Amino acid sequence: MKQPLLDMRGIIKSFSGVRALNGVSIQLEPGEVLSICGENGSGKSTLMKVLSGVWPFGSYEGEIYFEGDLVKASSIRDTEALGIVIIHQELALVKEMTVLENIFLGNELGSFARLNDEEMHRRTSELLARVKLDILPDTPIRELGVGQQQLVEIAKALNKNVKLLILDEPTSSLTTTEIEILLNIVSELKQQGIACIYISHKLEEVLALSNWVTVIRDGDHIDTRSVENLTQNDIISMMVGRELDELFPREDHDIGDLVLKVNHATAKQAGAARAQVDDVSFELRQGEILGIAGLIGSGRTELMQCLYGSYDGHYEADIELHGKPLMIRSQRTALEAGIAMVPEDRKRHGIVPIMSVGRNITLSVLKQYSSWFGTVNEDKESQDIDHYIAQLKVKTASPDLSIKNLSGGNQQKAIIAKCLLTHPKILILDEPTRGIDVGAKYEIYKLMFALVKQGVSIIMVSSELSEVIGISDRVLVMHEGRLKGQFDHQGLTQEMIMNCAIKEDTANV
Amino acid sequence: MFKTIKTSQLQLFAMLAAMLLIVVFFSFATDGAFVSPRNISNLIRQTAIVGVLAIGMVFVIISAEIDLSVGSMMGLLGGVAAILDVWFHFPIMLTVLITVAAGLVLGLFNGWWVAYQKVPSFIVTLAGMLAFRGILVGLTNGATVAPTSSSLAIVGQSYIPSGWGISVVSLLCLGLVAKVYARRKARHKHGVENQSAKFEYAKATIAVAVLMGLLFILESYRGIPTPILIMGGLILIATYVAKRTSFGRRIYAIGGNIEATRMSGVNVERTKMLVFGFNGMMVAVAALILTSRLGAGSPAAGNMAELDAIAACVIGGASLAGGVGAVVGAIMGALIMASLDNGMSMLDVPTFWQLIVKGMILLLAVWLDVKTKKAQ
Repeated sequence: MKQPLLDMRGIIKSFSGVRALNGVSIQLEPGEVLSICGENGSGKSTLMKVLSGVWPFGSYEGEIYFEGDLVKASSIRDTEALGIVIIHQELALVKEMTVLENIFLGNELGSFARLNDEEMHRRTSELLARVKLDILPDTPIRELGVGQQQLVEIAKALNKNVKLLILDEPTSSLTTTEIEILLNIVSELKQQGIACIYISHKLEEVLALSNWVTVIRDGDHIDTRSVENLTQNDIISMMVGRELDELFPREDHDIGDLVLKVNHATAKQAGAARAQVDDVSFELRQGEILGIAGLIGSGRTELMQCLYGSYDGHYEADIELHGKPLMIRSQRTALEAGIAMVPEDRKRHGIVPIMSVGRNITLSVLKQYSSWFGTVNEDKESQDIDHYIAQLKVKTASPDLSIKNLSGGNQQKAIIAKCLLTHPKILILDEPTRGIDVGAKYEIYKLMFALVKQGVSIIMVSSELSEVIGISDRVLVMHEGRLKGQFDHQGLTQEMIMNCAIKEDTANV
Repeated sequence: MFKTIKTSQLQLFAMLAAMLLIVVFFSFATDGAFVSPRNISNLIRQTAIVGVLAIGMVFVIISAEIDLSVGSMMGLLGGVAAILDVWFHFPIMLTVLITVAAGLVLGLFNGWWVAYQKVPSFIVTLAGMLAFRGILVGLTNGATVAPTSSSLAIVGQSYIPSGWGISVVSLLCLGLVAKVYARRKARHKHGVENQSAKFEYAKATIAVAVLMGLLFILESYRGIPTPILIMGGLILIATYVAKRTSFGRRIYAIGGNIEATRMSGVNVERTKMLVFGFNGMMVAVAALILTSRLGAGSPAAGNMAELDAIAACVIGGASLAGGVGAVVGAIMGALIMASLDNGMSMLDVPTFWQLIVKGMILLLAVWLDVKTKKAQ
């Protein structure tokens, strides 16, 4: 029998008595791609940390063989020396240094006193050519886009004589073109005999790229299957452990009277040539889900920030709420008027990581529980916390646990709970399901429909076109700060939205 | 068993252990003079000033800011109190009121620059450190303002009559036990698990024992020093504000993630400014105690006191990154620093060695904290 490149046998890893991995085994031959799928918190990242040496030999049960030898790594350095390189979701490049400096960081050629610049330059050019990156070795990293930076990371890995490349959610922040380039490069590396472990929520990519798909659920190894005859639905049902009859559980609901009218919204950064939001007007009705689509940078998020009072430049808009004019100067005025927002960047704007789940949930409405002196009535507070944790199915061991310990999906649910406690009339969701697993997504969609049935109006910004079409009643498309198109969801296709979002001229407004 | 103990509780244990170690060491080294009622009375009186400063400072640090101006501000406010008392013969109550109000104004001034003008607090309060000292020297012409009246001496030099002292401490103990009981009952009602029952009662018992022991020792000397009573009252109020009020909750949230807190509709600017205002009031109280103890307003008073206050907070587990810290911890930190000062002075350790040892202790405390956090 041929010896596999990587052979992980029965890996078990526990954290203070809780099993994060419960006997996972994977095998990989040179030149093969194995995708690992699972909901957030299922144990994928833990498995990769075991493999890459973040969790050292001895801290887990089971064995790892690489090229036939037992791996006893005590740190990432050891596994890198073997040829196992992991590229994380958050890129680890030094922004102020050049491509060349980054690629050779820690492995500089030449002596201590004198670097061999010529050789490094030549090798960098070679590596950049291999990843099809048409830039100079002296380009500073900060001038590159996220996709290009990802390729530089791969070049850096190639420089280390990589045999097994681990890509952790590489495409979650890339544009469609960038994704295509990345996937092409992975396919080429595959032909050069480099094995790859690919972690992604995007099942189309998984199917297009891999030889094998391993599904992990709650730390259990569910199955490893060849991609032949494997469909997205097969993977999803293995991931969630149940058949999802549909990804988007659209439910009928009544759309009522006009709630919000926005006229001539304009937003501009000080000193910027172009307005980020340029004369946008739209309406929102009671119980309506309004989807907002557009490319990144089209002004979607900025428009929402104007509605919530959190835009950091100059903005003006004539806003009418229930027929009355409203000046939104700050987040506080928005919340008082009944507008709540779940922000796009969960880590930066959503959670207070070290605070407990419960305290995060009640942060917006502390006044409701406060006496004249400001004493918080914790009995009343914990009743509400318990109620919303149960209603939104936030999976947490206790409301007193720090929210940073929760998975992305559960953090998002806690933030939604925070918004719901303010009893909003209008709920703005900016990329509500980004980086969230299928099961949690489904629950969030269900919740959205429950809310609109109660008469809440929802504005949802999303980059996932299938989501925009699957959930919204009406879709607005933005392009370079302007409103380009407006569609009913009936008969709407992804192509129609893309055409509108990309092309310079479209009618239909 | 050990899993149920949280990091914060572990930290408290570590500090208690450190305190015990210091007490045992100096007791042996001084043949028991360190634990004589007279010295303990002195020691905790010395703690009062840094302790009160640390109470204010810990809120600033929790909100992820810093205040370097408190030493100079304490000097200035102490000078103002001395001038009102010595030059203008103001009644004591009026002197106290004006000093505290001035502290509030200076604190709010710092806070306004930090919160609304977005100047980093390090710079704002560094400027204050220089300017406040300058104002003090200008006001007093660089000369000591003395002697202060006998009524001002009450604040920093008097002792509480023993009957009063005993009743206050007994009440405190009763309150403590009642609180633990009530909290457990409330949690039980909500079905929240109460596993660390033993731990909570043990903690309360230790606290009661320490309070009673302290009372006994102090009573056998001259009674409870007034500054300690003042500090005790402020500890209770500040702990309540930090743990039970929405204001306290917001301070922790701002330190944890200011952007997310702003997005939650909290008026972060106002909250920050108020934190500095509160700190200013604490500085004023410390200044009154200082001036009263010295019996004079000195242009050099409070020099470097900000560093002692910051060190006390950090030794007490507060994180300069914000979001973490507790009033009780800061007081423990102040007590540890004061014990080292006091013990080394008794042993006639040269001043330069005292500074070196204090510096090393600060470094060690934070290093241990970093290590234990990493291990988890």
